[in-house]
Amino acid sequence: MTELCDLTGSELASRLRGGEITAVELAESSLGRREALDDRVGAFLTPTPEVALERATELDTYLSTGAPQSGVAGIPLALKDVLTTRGIRTTCGSKILETYVPPYDATAWTRLSGAGSTLVGKTNCDEFAMGSSNENSAFGPVHNPWDLAMVPGGSSGGSAAAVSSGMAVWALGTDTGGSVRQPASLSGVVGFKPTYGRISRYGLVAFASSLDTVGTFTRSVRDAATLLGVMAGKDHRDATSLDADVSDFADGIDAGVAGLRVGVLAEAFGEGVEPDVAASVRAACDRLPALGAEVGEATLPHAEYALSAYYLIAPSEASSNLARYDGVRYGLRVEGDDSIEMMFRTRGAGFGPEVKRRIMLGTYALSAGYYEAYYGQAQKVRTLILRDYAAAFERFDVLVSPTSPTTAFPIGAKADDPMAMYLNDIFTIPANLGGVPAISVPCGLDAKGLPIGLQLTAKALDEATLFRAAAALESDLGLELRPPLLAGV
Amino acid sequence: MPVEIDIDHVARLARVALTDDEKVRMRDQLAVILEHAAKVGEVAAADMPPTASPIPQVNVFRDDAPEPSVTHEAALANAPAEVDGRFLVPRIAETGS
Repeated sequence: MTELCDLTGSELASRLRGGEITAVELAESSLGRREALDDRVGAFLTPTPEVALERATELDTYLSTGAPQSGVAGIPLALKDVLTTRGIRTTCGSKILETYVPPYDATAWTRLSGAGSTLVGKTNCDEFAMGSSNENSAFGPVHNPWDLAMVPGGSSGGSAAAVSSGMAVWALGTDTGGSVRQPASLSGVVGFKPTYGRISRYGLVAFASSLDTVGTFTRSVRDAATLLGVMAGKDHRDATSLDADVSDFADGIDAGVAGLRVGVLAEAFGEGVEPDVAASVRAACDRLPALGAEVGEATLPHAEYALSAYYLIAPSEASSNLARYDGVRYGLRVEGDDSIEMMFRTRGAGFGPEVKRRIMLGTYALSAGYYEAYYGQAQKVRTLILRDYAAAFERFDVLVSPTSPTTAFPIGAKADDPMAMYLNDIFTIPANLGGVPAISVPCGLDAKGLPIGLQLTAKALDEATLFRAAAALESDLGLELRPPLLAGV
Repeated sequence: MPVEIDIDHVARLARVALTDDEKVRMRDQLAVILEHAAKVGEVAAADMPPTASPIPQVNVFRDDAPEPSVTHEAALANAPAEVDGRFLVPRIAETGS
């Protein structure tokens, strides 16, 4: 049975505006869904039911005066636990911050909160956003609502699972190498990563500063555009935030793809891509000419080096960003005879294996004698990727590929093989290196009934075209995806 | 060919204490990852400019005007140990471990 918590944000905003439902009813619907399912899914680390009901009650009073409301007001929202929330525990999925309570709010959250969002909780994620399966959380894995034995994807697995199962109407995640798009693909929801710099990173606990991007999990492309509109815009607290025009990103979203030049990435259908995934994405692409798009073959010639460049750049930046976790000012402290010993022990005890692996990798890649060969060289590859995108966007308006080479895999299946895990991000990483916007939309199910995602990429600051193309495909496919888990609620 | 890494040296630089088991596993895993990562060496001429960030802006400044920051209490609220309104830490060693 479809409940309020299963509807899209735009549908719910319309019902709130029309007085058909109250914000409290809506909050209770999402909270109730979490109570029914989360002991099996594990999406939330810190649920915030009291905060949610308090905010919803305030909002209902405000709405009863007939005052205008934002499209996000009263809509249940979840936040990945790497986004700081003042006064509410923020763990980054790590033991080293298990009891940390931030004194400040992330700007992305401040803007949504200011517009009346109902926060239902902080979601589980891979530790410090490092992972593709949510198996690296210090607080347990997240189970995919489509098959509880499977991973939801990562690192924003909790946010993906929450939206997929109705525990939140929409959620924020973060995307550094694909950590919003890939779990969206595996969990059957829309996952969007804007242009780097669109949304402030103030309060986004840093993993890799030149790659980290706040992203959204929603049930529709339109909802992603709505969220972006509230969050985007320059923030003087983030020197990398762009001073770009913030238009109504949903404007023109239904314009369709007539005349749009779509480039299907040739190298994205080869070895390593599951046959059902390739077939489903190709079938979706084959529908585009009938909708008026010009479809051709595109290429990013250096895409094969993107994974290697990323696994040098991201860990290098992470090794620097995670140096602050030293037991001095906040977080876990393991005592030592002197401060240095204290730091060694604190970090040894507080970080999980994947985080340690990446810190070590990054430290090595930046160390004397190796900097040029590794980090320096990876930055040159980054230039090549940017040039590849520039060339591709001369010929095409959007590029298409599968989001992930596979659908959801069993929990534990790839845990012992870091390289196999890293390959999950092979199609998502280039957009982070290039800083360009990209979105994953569900395009079908595989033979096992697991969701498949199709990724569209546009050039920097061209979210309007990205949303337009994604919405056209979404509308044409007309998929009604509902995880079997929800049959019992 | 797998890369040989001085794990002890890197762990010291990173200030991360590793058990012997962790060191062995880490040495093997990093070697495999770095072998893949070293692919970046196959491309790009020496004169290719590096890119640190995908956005064009550099040297972003703000006015040199003071703004409120976190309060003293807020800054200390998560402190593992404090004394007299300051963070308390074990003695600073004269030489690092």
